Amino acid sequence: MTGLGGPLFPIPTGSLLALGALLFCIGLFGALTRKNLIIVLVSIELMLNAANINLVTFSRLGVNPSLSGQVFSLFTITVAAAEIAVGLALLLAIFRLRRSSEVQDLNVHKW
Amino acid sequence: MVEYAWLAPVLPLVGYVFLLALGRRAAEGLVAGVSVILTFLSFLVSLAVFTALGAHPDVTGTYTMRWLTLGAHSIDVGFQVTHLNALMLVVVSAVSTLVFLFSKGYMHKDERFPVFYQYLNLFVFSMMALVVSPNLLQLYIFWEMVGLCSYLLIGFWYFKPEAALAAKKSFIVTRLGDVGLFIGIILLFLSSGSFDYSTVFQAATTGHLGLSWITPADLTTLTGILVFVGAAGKSAQFPLHVWLPDAMEGPTPVSALIHAATMVAAGVYLVARMYPLFVASGTALTVVAWVGGITALLGALIALTQRDIKRVIAYSTISQLGYMMMGLGVGAYAYGMFHLFTHAFFKALLFLAAGSVIHAVDTQDLFEMGGLGKKMRITQWTFLFGALSLSGVFPWAGFWSKDSIINATLQSGHMTLFWIAEIAAFCTAFYIFRVYFLTFHGKPRDESKMAHAHEGSWVMTVPLIILAVMAFIAGLFNTGLNNFGLQRYLMADSPTGLIGKVYPDNVPLMIISVTVALVGIGLAALMYWKPVISAEKLARNLSGLYRLSFNKFYLDEIYYGVVVWTGKLIAGIVDFFDRYILDLIVRMLGRLGYMGGVGLKYTQTGQVQTYSVIAFFGIMILLAIAMFHVGGVF
Repeated sequence: MTGLGGPLFPIPTGSLLALGALLFCIGLFGALTRKNLIIVLVSIELMLNAANINLVTFSRLGVNPSLSGQVFSLFTITVAAAEIAVGLALLLAIFRLRRSSEVQDLNVHKW
Repeated sequence: MVEYAWLAPVLPLVGYVFLLALGRRAAEGLVAGVSVILTFLSFLVSLAVFTALGAHPDVTGTYTMRWLTLGAHSIDVGFQVTHLNALMLVVVSAVSTLVFLFSKGYMHKDERFPVFYQYLNLFVFSMMALVVSPNLLQLYIFWEMVGLCSYLLIGFWYFKPEAALAAKKSFIVTRLGDVGLFIGIILLFLSSGSFDYSTVFQAATTGHLGLSWITPADLTTLTGILVFVGAAGKSAQFPLHVWLPDAMEGPTPVSALIHAATMVAAGVYLVARMYPLFVASGTALTVVAWVGGITALLGALIALTQRDIKRVIAYSTISQLGYMMMGLGVGAYAYGMFHLFTHAFFKALLFLAAGSVIHAVDTQDLFEMGGLGKKMRITQWTFLFGALSLSGVFPWAGFWSKDSIINATLQSGHMTLFWIAEIAAFCTAFYIFRVYFLTFHGKPRDESKMAHAHEGSWVMTVPLIILAVMAFIAGLFNTGLNNFGLQRYLMADSPTGLIGKVYPDNVPLMIISVTVALVGIGLAALMYWKPVISAEKLARNLSGLYRLSFNKFYLDEIYYGVVVWTGKLIAGIVDFFDRYILDLIVRMLGRLGYMGGVGLKYTQTGQVQTYSVIAFFGIMILLAIAMFHVGGVF
């Protein structure tokens, strides 16, 4: 089971998927529990990267292994960069408005 | 010509639409002019149809087109021309034209003058369309439309509380009758499979009118009586007559057109139209005769003592409609319609003359009038013609038609009805001449009102004169002079002789009838013209009878006590059920939603992370269900 040009370090697929799952769980936990908005954004990035690892991992598999998974992950990274830019811009705006970057303070939708 | 009969109802409809387009600020002359011209054209069409039928009795026809198909049954709309319909068309359009002309003067300077003419045009359209309806369903539609127009016109001066109440009362009381008619029509449809007159009559006369729960004979009687209930409501027959006197709150031309000449005659027309059904059931015919007789007497007795000039004439209308019903009931189909024909003219005349008086002195109380004859010569003479016609004095129109009916009651062997008719005829002569003498003779009882009394303009006097001429000669259409043209004309609808009988003139009876009328007139003259007999003393001596008549036999009070109270009781029960049981359920449902909302609102913390946690666990649960219960996500 080799990719194109062969593996430099033959890491088993299971380990890679476990890494992805672990990263995703850490990211999810962070996004759901951290109080600081910046950390929440970072955690979201973690989850995205976990997904990227999965994409790259799965691109090794299949009847016709191809580069498409890796290309797809490149797109994801690009989109994530745009997303984090918007996210940080929003964060700045919120901070200017409310002098706080705590998630708990953003409760304008409270009943 | 007959195929153009549809023009007769359509012309007033054109007038109605045109007046609607002109709006409420249109000039009086334009509004009245257009209405009069269109109705007059309609009259010419009616007359042409009438004469065409007279020349060729077999050109009667039905012109319909398919409206609905319900399974095996179908419903048509269109128009039908028979001899009966043609006569009604002529009566309605003739009286309408004259009343339209009269209203120009009577309603002068009324704020809603154009609206008045709109309603009148709509009414004339509905009435004519009712007359030419080829089936019961179409008749019922226009039946309700004339009721609506009557309601609108009685309540025309809606700012008067009495007028608004009277409009409501007339609508509700006639509605009671209409329910009967509607049930009757539905039963006829269910049992014969059609709304068409011819099909229904075919089934009724051959005994094929049948439903599973009733014998054909009983069903014929039942439907006949139900139809008559509707007719009684419209034609103000006892015990549904109470709305007509109150309807006098409307403008007087309305009383003349709708509540004397045309709409109230629709009930009589309906019975005549459905005559084969009534003939097929002798019982229904007997009911018609007796209700008519009782109404004739009751109306005449109440009219004896009323103080309001229009109410006297209204009770007189009730009484005369009773005569027509009685005529139909004893089998004298042609005579009932003949009386309808003459009555339309002389009663419209009496109302318009009364309207002329009211217009002049601005009161309806007989005891505030008097001596008006000097100032209103034309009104006096035309009213006298109407009164003589109504009393049945030879050779005025009312004499011929009323005497035909009385003759028919006698010759068909209804002795009790004959005596009722003669007593009512005596009362009729008395009460109408009481009105005549109190209004036009003697000394003015209210000088201030007399001072500005004057004859109306030509638009008011010309219709009076034309109607007076008709009140004089209309009876001659059915005498030996023209070989009883009208009854031959009407009987041509049914060559088999199915629709009633005619009787030869009975000269001794005619003499008796005229004598009765003259005695009534003489008594009225002795009491109110040359007061030899004191009316007050007589009233005091017969105080019980006087009060019974003056208070209209307490029928309004009885209705108030029984019908209205029962209605209120039922309404109260229904109201309680609605308010405290149905509404309770509805309110509980609403409360449930509200409580749910109030409870759930506390979950809306605004904390995005809390939402996310819940969403996360929700997804987990769904996934778990998908995995273990359904068997896989994909």
